[in-house]
Formats: sequence, C-alpha cells, structure tokens
Amino acid sequence: MGKTLFDKVWDRHVVSSEAGEPTVIYVDAHLIHEVTSPQAFAELRSRGLRVRRPEQTFATMDHAIPTREIPLWPDDAQAQVGALRENCDQSGITLWDIKGDVQGIVHVVAPEMGVTQPGMTIVCGDSHTSTHGAFGALAFGIGTSEVAHVLASQCLMQEKPKTFAINVEGRLAPGVTAKDIILAIIAKNGASGGVGHVFEYRGSTIRGLGMANRMTICNMSIEGGARAGMIAPDITTYEYMYGRPYAPTGKAWNDAVIEWSALATDDDAVFDRSLDIDAGALEPMVTYGTNPGMGVPVTGAVPQGKDLADDQQRRDLEAALDYMGLVQGQPMQGQHVDIVFIGSCTNSRIEDLREAAAIVKGRRVADHVEALVVPGSKAVKAAAEEEGLDRVFAEAGFQWRGAGCSMCLAMNDDKAGAGKYVASTSNRNFRGRQGSGSRSLLMSPIMAAAAAVEGQVVDVRGMLR
Amino acid sequence: MEKVDLIRARAIPLRADNVDTDQIIPARYLTAITTDGMGEGLFASWRYLDTGEPNPGFVLNNPEYKGAEILVAGANFGSGSSREHAVWALAQYGFKCVLAPSFGDIFYNNSLKNGFLPVVLPKEAIDALWDVLEGDPETQLWVDLRTQNVRMPDQQSLRFEIDPFRRDCLLQGLDDLGFLLAKEDQIAAFEAGRAQPAAA
Repeated sequence: MGKTLFDKVWDRHVVSSEAGEPTVIYVDAHLIHEVTSPQAFAELRSRGLRVRRPEQTFATMDHAIPTREIPLWPDDAQAQVGALRENCDQSGITLWDIKGDVQGIVHVVAPEMGVTQPGMTIVCGDSHTSTHGAFGALAFGIGTSEVAHVLASQCLMQEKPKTFAINVEGRLAPGVTAKDIILAIIAKNGASGGVGHVFEYRGSTIRGLGMANRMTICNMSIEGGARAGMIAPDITTYEYMYGRPYAPTGKAWNDAVIEWSALATDDDAVFDRSLDIDAGALEPMVTYGTNPGMGVPVTGAVPQGKDLADDQQRRDLEAALDYMGLVQGQPMQGQHVDIVFIGSCTNSRIEDLREAAAIVKGRRVADHVEALVVPGSKAVKAAAEEEGLDRVFAEAGFQWRGAGCSMCLAMNDDKAGAGKYVASTSNRNFRGRQGSGSRSLLMSPIMAAAAAVEGQVVDVRGMLR
Repeated sequence: MEKVDLIRARAIPLRADNVDTDQIIPARYLTAITTDGMGEGLFASWRYLDTGEPNPGFVLNNPEYKGAEILVAGANFGSGSSREHAVWALAQYGFKCVLAPSFGDIFYNNSLKNGFLPVVLPKEAIDALWDVLEGDPETQLWVDLRTQNVRMPDQQSLRFEIDPFRRDCLLQGLDDLGFLLAKEDQIAAFEAGRAQPAAA
C-alpha cells in the first residue's frame, strides 16, 4: 500500500520507535518567539543544559510587540523581548529582531527566508505553526515544555496522528478566496472535527492556489482541530522558494527538488478519513459565533436553535449569540462593524494586501469605522510600499502599521473595546480574543475591505471591479 | 514533576463545549517570563466583572464549590492556542484533573507534561455528572489513575483510556525531557545518518 505525504515525512524523522514508548521524532527547524520561549530557556538553565542545534533554531518577535511608533514600550513587552535577545545571544540562535531589516510574524518570516522547506519537520510554540504545511512540511504547534525539549534534544515525543484527506475540487467564483475555503471546511467539519488527525488538502482547487493562499488554508488547520495541515509541494512551491536566503542553491537545489517531488501522496495510499468540498459552490464566508466553526455564507443567516441536533449545541449557540449580540435567523449582511483588522499569520501577506487594496482603492472607510492594516513582516511592508498600497490604504482612511500579530490576539496595545464588532482577517473569533468583550467576525481580506467601506458586513461580490 | 495517583475530591461543573485556551487564560496574562502568577488569570473573563470584582454568576465563584480539585467540562476543552499557560493556570488555581468528552491535542499534551490529568469520558457520563454536581456540590469523585477508573456518584466505575507510557510517567512523576536526553546516542546516530542537516 502506498504512503501519504504525511507518512513519508513522518517516517523520515523517526529517531526511535520502541514498543511501549512514544515515537521520538527529529525536528529540522525550530521557530521561537518572545512569549512562549522564556520559560523554556529557564528550564534549560535550571538543568544546566545547552541548546543542542542553535543553527536549526530561528527566532523573531511578533506577539507582544507594538505595531506603531510609541516612545516607550510597556514593561512586560520590553521584558519578553529583552529575554529573547539575551537567550538567543547566549545560545547562538539567529534572531530576526525588530531593530533589523528582517522581522515579522514567525509564520510569515520563516517561509520568506526559505527556512520552511518541503519534507521538513517544523515546530514552534504557537498553534498556527500548521501554516508551514503549505510547503509539504509536517509543522505543528507545541507547548512551552516541548519548546524546552526541542531546544535541549532537537526531538519530540509524539503519538502518530491519523490522516485526513480534504479534497477540494472545482473553480472558485470571483470574490471567493482561500479564506472562504478553509472557513467552509471548518463550518462543515466542526472546530474539533480534525482532532488527532493531520489534514492533507488536495484536489485541483488547491493545486491552482499560490503559496500565500495555501498558507492561509494550512494556517487554520488547528481551528478545525487538526494540529497540522499539509499540501504536496509542486512547481508553485519551488518557484516561491527559489533564491530565498536559506533555500538550497546549485546542485543541492536540483537534488532537493527531485527529493521533494517524491513526497506527494501515492495514488494507492489510503487516508483514515476524508471530506469532499465543491469549490464551485462556495460563497464568501463570515463567522457569527465564538469559534471558527460557527460560520455561514455571507448571503446566509445566523442559524436557529430549532435546526440543531442536540441540547448542548443549542445552549452553545445561545451562549455564543448572547456574547455576540446577534439573534437567531438574522441575515449576516447588514451586520454593523466598528473595527476592521487586516493582518495576522492567516492573511497579512502581500497577495492579501493587494487584493484588499483593489477593493479599497478610490473608496473611503465608513466614518464610524476604525480600520487598520498590519503587514505580516517588514518585507511585506516594504513590498507594499514599493507598490503604493500603503497610500491606497491611507487615502481610504486605514492606519498603516508595522509588522506583528497585533489585534489578532490583542497582547499589545491593539485591542478592540468591549462590545465592538471587528471584521477581521485573523483566525480566531473566541470570546475576548481581540480585546476583552470584543466580538470578532472572521472573513477574507476582500470581505474585510468591503466591510470597512460600507461599515457593515456586505457581499464583496457586489464591489468587485 | 509531581506524581499523580488517586485524586479524591469535589468537582466543578463547567457546562460548555469548546472552552478554548483564550478562555482558560486570556492573552493579557501571557506577558510574564516565568510560570508564576497564572492562577490569578484562570478564566479571567468569566471570573471577574469589568470592575475587577468576582462575577457571582460564574461557577468558580460559587462558594458551594470552594476547594474543588476536579473540573468537569464539555467537548473540545483546551482547543485553540498552544499556550501552556492554560495548564499552569488550572494547576496553580488548585485543579488536579479535567474530565471532558474530548480535548484540544496541544492542551492534552501540555497537561501530561505538568502532572495535570486530562481524562476522556463519554459525553453521556459528562452530562450525567453535570446534573449530579449541579444538584449536590458536595459530591465527591474518585479519579484513580492506577486502575484507570472514575468512580461516579452512583458508585459505578467508568474506565478511561490513557497511553500506558504516559500513565507510568504520571504515576512516577517522570518528565519527558529526561527520557529524550537518554536517547542521545540514537539522536546522534540519526543526525550522522543524514546526508546533510536540512536547515543548515
């Protein structure tokens, strides 16, 4: 029987697999940031251990840092960034510092630098590490104890997950994007539908997507319960990677492409589970509730409790709507919006910003809306400014920020106020995620751009040019 | 790591599915560089009113459940963010164990690494427990890791599954890092066996 993409990558990284013990797998690239690493370094120090492979460890600062020019940083962000600098310096780890030219959201910067490569195992103390699966890597988030394990041993103990094929076939209609594909998948399969599994996104629709879009889809695998999501590498992958700083060169590049091209799932491989999505039938999606599975097409309405299967689901819907200030059966279009956030490791790449800018160009942000664009990295920001996207956004009334996680998780000063509705391109609509009491409506960059202009949820398909 | 063995304690019913780690501890509590002080942030958005006063409507603030060490939660508990702070917060607050029909994968893993026991029980058992605990907050539960049983209030025992290796680690208070470091020879051999380090 053939092997899946996941099986091939897994099998190549097994260090030890003995009866009665968890499998030990080797980690090729370990990404770290300022929030989930300080306690791990402290653990190493307390045991007198050193970082085993500093040259396979890469750090950046993204979660807690401000994304606007402020004279004085908060003490806690200073302390976390200071600890990261000290830890990287002492251990010889490459740090993409906010003071330098390379910096941004860890899941935007590592692919840009060519660190993310097909067939690798990649981990980070951040659940959206699944993003890197877009390159055919096995990439997943870990906790801080495991960050310490990888720092000290370059290995992890893992239960082998099961495989889950998500087949996406058909042609996307204009105005329907990668974000809508993944929101539709999670709405269909549920926020916990992928627990214990690794998704592999397959099919003609996926093959037709560029790397930014593939990253958007893999990024939200965790929102569907799967720790990792993967896409087989192909010519699109190699074109994106070629010439990036850490990508192989010369003969090593040619050899690598041959090796990577053998990673795709074999024709006779069998997945533990599967799900089919008809891309041609998809519409722009928007969430109404407090987990990413609570999403509907923008032309749809908030579900009604009477249509749900069991009491617990009804209670959860009622609790979510109570928090969101929405009512059962309410159409999504016309829902008021206070804030628009375009950014996050899901949707802050240059392609995302280009698409949003095309909607915004020549239009104005509604008077009552506060709108911000937070590029995923300094490189994205520079590229956008080179193309004049910053002026398009600024002229429309958007704030143009520095690179970071910003209002996706509201660890820095970018917080939505209590009760405010945020049209957001990020990945989580959890209660209070974007600020205490904030209400998130997840959607694509072009849908968020449209919402900014109209001051409410609208179907972007009426605004395409 | 502290050993886990028999947990005999009262329990709190948290009647909700999909309790994500942002609910367990909001991001504003993640600004520390140590593991200390997390208990204060546990369920902060539910536990405190906007004024900072305890929210009397939230079950953790109900004096009848004071001292409970077991949390009984809905499906997909601990989904979302990888923050291990969620486990630190639960443990520092005084919980030793969570019973739920299912868990977020990363949270489940993080729990085991902190001597904090995540127990998967059928949804029907959780529903029944919620009813009993809401009716009588004095109800004691026994969670016995050695025999992998939860003794329910009706004296019936419900078996739960846990990986045998994980179970032994919890019973003996062994942490994973020691196990991994003991694999040094195999790790070195694996590295030597590769033509070139992938990220070099």
